[in-house]
This record gives sequence, C-alpha cells and structure tokens, in this order.
Amino acid sequence: MIWIFLLLLIAFVVLAYVAGRALAVRRSQGAKSHSRPSQHGLYALIWVGAPALAMLIAASLFSTSIEQQMMRAGAPDSVAQLEPFRREAFFADARLVGAGQEARQIWPAPYAEELPAEGRRAHRIASTLSWGGGVAALIAAVLGGLFVLTRIRPDLRARNKVEGWITGVLFACSVVAVLTTLGIIFSLVIDSLRFFSMVPITEFLFGTKWSPQIAIRADQVGSSGAFGAVPLFAGTFLIMLIAMAVAAPIGLFSAVYLSEYSGRKTRAMVKPALEVLAGVPTVVYGFFAALTVGPALRVFFNGIGDMLVGGPLNGLGVYLSLVQNQMALVAGAVMGIMLIPFVSSLSDDILNAVPQSLRDGSYAMGATKSETVKKVLLPAALPGIAGALLLAVSRAIGETMIVTMAAGLAANLTLNPLETVTTVTVQIVTLLTGDQEFNSPKTLAAFGLGLTLFVVTLLLNIVAMRIVQAYREQYD
Amino acid sequence: MKSRILRAPEGTSNGGASEPATLTTVPTVGAHASAPMGPIKIAARDVSVFYGDKQALFDVSLDIPDKTVTALIGPSGCGKSTFLRTMNRMNDTIPGTRVTGRIEMDGGDINDRKIDPVLLRAQVGMVFQKPNPFPKSIYENVAYGPKIHGLASTKGEMDEIVQKSLKRAGLWDEVADRLHSPGTGLSGGQQQRLVIARAIAVEPEVILMDEPCSALDPIATAKIEELIDELRERYCIVIVTHSMAQAARVSQRTAFFHMGKLVETGDTEEIFTNPRERRTLDYITGRFG
Repeated sequence: MIWIFLLLLIAFVVLAYVAGRALAVRRSQGAKSHSRPSQHGLYALIWVGAPALAMLIAASLFSTSIEQQMMRAGAPDSVAQLEPFRREAFFADARLVGAGQEARQIWPAPYAEELPAEGRRAHRIASTLSWGGGVAALIAAVLGGLFVLTRIRPDLRARNKVEGWITGVLFACSVVAVLTTLGIIFSLVIDSLRFFSMVPITEFLFGTKWSPQIAIRADQVGSSGAFGAVPLFAGTFLIMLIAMAVAAPIGLFSAVYLSEYSGRKTRAMVKPALEVLAGVPTVVYGFFAALTVGPALRVFFNGIGDMLVGGPLNGLGVYLSLVQNQMALVAGAVMGIMLIPFVSSLSDDILNAVPQSLRDGSYAMGATKSETVKKVLLPAALPGIAGALLLAVSRAIGETMIVTMAAGLAANLTLNPLETVTTVTVQIVTLLTGDQEFNSPKTLAAFGLGLTLFVVTLLLNIVAMRIVQAYREQYD
Repeated sequence: MKSRILRAPEGTSNGGASEPATLTTVPTVGAHASAPMGPIKIAARDVSVFYGDKQALFDVSLDIPDKTVTALIGPSGCGKSTFLRTMNRMNDTIPGTRVTGRIEMDGGDINDRKIDPVLLRAQVGMVFQKPNPFPKSIYENVAYGPKIHGLASTKGEMDEIVQKSLKRAGLWDEVADRLHSPGTGLSGGQQQRLVIARAIAVEPEVILMDEPCSALDPIATAKIEELIDELRERYCIVIVTHSMAQAARVSQRTAFFHMGKLVETGDTEEIFTNPRERRTLDYITGRFG
C-alpha cells in the first residue's frame, strides 16, 4: 500500500519542480529575477519533498507503538486479562491471522474464538495506520507546496536557499561518521570504566600475568583471573617490530626503485602488482601464515635443531627441534608482507613530491643515482617517510586476523620470535567470541584492551599525519 | 668604457672579426668584454635532439670559446635550453631522449661510450632557473660535490674548499657566521649564489647557466651578473637567457636560436648592433618572442 503513496509523492515532487520553475518565469514577467527559474523549481521541490519525507519517517518510527496501544485498548476482556507476555504473543498471532497466515501457537478455548475477530481488527488497525501515515505525508507535501508557491517571487533568493539545503544535507552526512566515532569512544570508555572498577587500572597496565579465566565455583582449578596486560603489550610490540623489520626496508627500497630507477613501462607493471598485495583480505594472509609459512619455518628450524643436537650447541638444538608452527616470527613476517604495499605506495608518493630540481641539481654535480637517492632524496623525504612508517606501525598494532591465526594464544612474556605470543587484538577476539556473560571482568577486559589500543593507534595516527602534512607543505 | 677590438678565436667558423667603428659607437654593449677570449672549449657539430618522436634541435653547430661568456638567446621553446643540456648530458636523465651529432670538449667527444656522464658533469657544472639548494646546511650544500668526488681528505681541506667557493660566489661575507643554518633559509638571490658556489666547488671547467636570474629581483640579478663577469676569468660560461639586456650586459658571444635551429652566432656587439639575419633583428628589437 505504501508504495502508492511513494509514487504519488514522487509525482508531487516533480510537479513542484515544474510548477516552481514555470511560476518563477511567469511572475518575473521578463524582468530580472534574482535566481534562475530552475533554482526556484528546486526550491519548490525541497519544500514539497522535505516535509513529506519527515512525515513518513515519523510515521514509521511511531506506528509500531501506536499500533500496540490500540490493540491493547480495544482487546476483549478475556485477552486483556492475560499476563503481559502472553497478551503480546496473542496480538502477534492475531496480526499473522489477520494477514492470512497460520498462528504460531495453539490457543485454548476462550482465546481461540477471539483470534479471527482480533485478526481482522489488527489488520484494520495496521492498514489505517499505513494509510494515515501516507495521507499525512501527502498533506504535508501539499501544505509545503502551497506555502512555497506563494513565496516564489523574482526577488526570492532561491539560489542561496537551495545552496543552504545542499550544505545542510552534506553536513548531515559527514556528521554521521563523526558521531559514529564519538559513539565508539563513548561505549569504549563506559565499559572500560566498569572494567576498571573491578580490576585496578595499575594492575591492568603493569601486571605481568594474563589469565582472564575466572572461577565460577570456588573449587575450580586453573582459573585465577589475572588481568596484567603487559604480556599482551609485549606480544603486540614484538610482532609489530618483526612486521616493520620486513615491511620498512622492502617497502622503502621498492618505492625508491619505482620512483627513481624503473622505466615507465616497468613502473606501469610493478606498481599495480604491488598494490594487488594491498587488496588481499587479511584472513587470506592469515591462513597463508598458518598453513604455509608456519609449517615451512617449523620444518626449517626443526632441521637446524636436529643438526645441532648432540653437538656443542646441544641446548639450542633441542630447543629448535621442538619449535612449533605458531610463533611470533610467522605472524610478524606475514604481516610485514601485508604492509609492504602500504609503505611503498606512501613512500613513492613522498619521493615523487621531492622537486625534480633537487634531482637535477644533484645529477649536475656529477652525483650518481644512488648518491642522489642517499644524500639528497632520502634526507629530503625523511620526515614524510617517517610518517608513512608510523602509519604502518599503527596498522600493524591494530591488525587482528593474521595474529589470531598464526601467533597463538598463550600470553607469554617474551621477546623470542620463535615462541608463541598473543596480542591485544587476539585477546579481544577470544574474550568476546562465543557465549559470554556480560558483567564479568573477563568480558569487560576486552573493552579495557580496546580502549588502550584505540588510544595508542589514535596517537600514532595523529603524530604520523602531522609529520606527513608538515612535510607536504614544505615544497608547495 | 671603451671596448677593444675583439680578436676572433682561431678555428671559429661563425665568429668574424668586428668592425672597430661599430664597437666604439655602442659603448654600453659588451662593456665587460675587455679580456681576450680563450681557445675553443666546446665545439658542437650537427647536434640534433629528439624527445621521443619530436625533434627539438636541428643540426646545431656552434663553437664555444674558453674564458668567455656565451649567451644563448631566442624565444621560448627555441631549443636553447635543450642545447645547453646536451653539453653536460643532462638530457640523459629524461627518458626517451636521443642526441645525434658530435659535441667535442677539449677535442674529445662527450657523447662517446667511454665517457662517464657522471664524471663529465663534474667537469661541466650547471646552475638552474630556480635556485635549488639541497635541504641541508649552507656548508653541506657546498661540500656536496667535493664529498662525492673525494676532493678533500681532511676537515680542514673541506673547510678551505667551502670558504673558497663561497668567496668566489660572492656569498662568503653574508653567510660566514651561519654556515650551518639551512641553505633553503637564504633569500632567492643568495640561494642562487649558493648554488653557483656549489657548482664551482668541484672545480669545473665549464659552467652552464639556465636562465639563472629569471626567478630573481633586479638587485639580486645585478649581483649575479657581476658574479658571472668575475667568474669569466676562470671558467667557460654558457648562459641561457630570456633577457636581451642581460645577454648584452654579460656576454661576449651570442647565439640566437629559433624553432630549434641556430640562426646566427657571433660577437655580442655584432649580434646586437649589426645582425646579419632578419629574424635576429626582429627578435632583438622586440618584434617577436
């Protein structure tokens, strides 16, 4: 039913545009009008469309509660005396019956007789409401149209008013993103505060034992509930270091190659190929790490270990021969590969922003390409490249999927890349997946971790953006 | 100030001896032309340059004498900068560029396979249109070339080179107390003199200047022109300029380019007072360009 109103409304809106334009032409009578006829038309269109749209939105927001009120008010005594839970279930079934479907439950005697009548009533109420909403929208459109048609005069500043509306709509769209961010921060902070009221913040930030399982019964074993997040921070840091050790040199050097050495043809091939890496979903990197790189590295280290066993480095050999699939090195290395295109394309942009005159100056002094890169371009681009690397760091810290699949879950406090470690993001995932009660510190710990992560990456991003920006301005 | 009769350098095909009468009647032109010109430093023969399919320079043959300022003039896009850049093979850095013909410096072909453009550029310095100091300190800017080419083995030697170069570029007195502040902080004219100091720090034989004053105000321009005249005692200087007045002030030899061809070349006095070609006359009198 509602789509008839929608069609009518669209017709109204088009009519308003045409009428507004025609009216503007006629009322100006050839004299100079402030705005162009089509702007008057748009102005009329807005005044017809906006109130109708507002009315439709209001109708859809309130119709459910109005309908419930009406159902309750007109219900026969037997139904009205039901307990609220059962009563709402009855109404729900009445709606189904009214719409020509089967009821979900089998209702006992007094109610079963009422069901068809109530169904008809529910149907009547629903259609009244939808008609009402549609008619209200049409009335609003007509009123808006009448109002605006009286206002169209040659001196009406329709152009400015239309611009004002457009600004308003664009602003509203951008506000959505900002409000979402604020909402995220708000929910993080609220739940974190609840967590910190159960676990002291000092224990969280400086404690070295992470074991979020909490004993439900006193006699349970192995469920101490320790919330020292230092092992998580250390694991995150370790994996980030490994990732950057891979991504920074490879990304930077490929950027140097692309921007300074490669010919146009090579560049046209290599650059998109590198950027394909950026399009690979992280979960694919994740199982590449867990199923390919992890076992390969394990075989490699086990092999070395087996060779060393019995020799002078027996201890190391035994350790290496027992290395497992999941280790910080695997997750870090694969994450580094993921970050290569990120670093290289940012650094490439930054190197390209260094003015050609500096290169010319250096070549004209008899410097070779590598001397020019090393002594002029990289120093000139250094702040920007540092910014790019910081952005990559903040991505490495926030990356979840690869570490979840390849780094393991054990919260070891270690800097050994061959151990399994766990990161902040992995712990958030494990704390919040599956059935959870929502008041235990175990679940709330995820919000504490989330807030920490958010603050750290936010700060990193701010610093990095500042640096990149300051550098960009230098040569403009 | 009176000009002497200029002796045409031996072996020049284009430059003829000037009439003394012409010179004395135009005392302002070529007023600095008091020192004798040196022997031919660079000899270009049938040089053509192609950017991809487009030919930018057509069979240019030109002799450039040592210890002389040679001005290349002509309207925009006439190939004068392109020709300048063939002399230190800077065109090599632009992909798709092809140079044909011979360019001889001291008798050797600079486009020879055996010549390393990197070493050639140490011999042939270049100053660009826009001052392009590196984002380093003043000292580091001047020391850049000597460091690359290993011209100084101790800190003292390097200090000496830097000081000498800055003095020759007429910048020493202005920057002596702030050698370690950034070169980009200097004024435009100072930056251009810093770049000249950077170029002469590697003891080049030739200095190419591509419109070195086009980004400068008149006072800074006057200083650079004065400097060019001083540098002429030691170096072979080739300058591309849009300003005919500048060509007349600083150069002893002038070559006029038009549409990628060398139209006319000769002593500056001659070109400006008694050009042989109609197009040259039209250009220097401002009828086009």
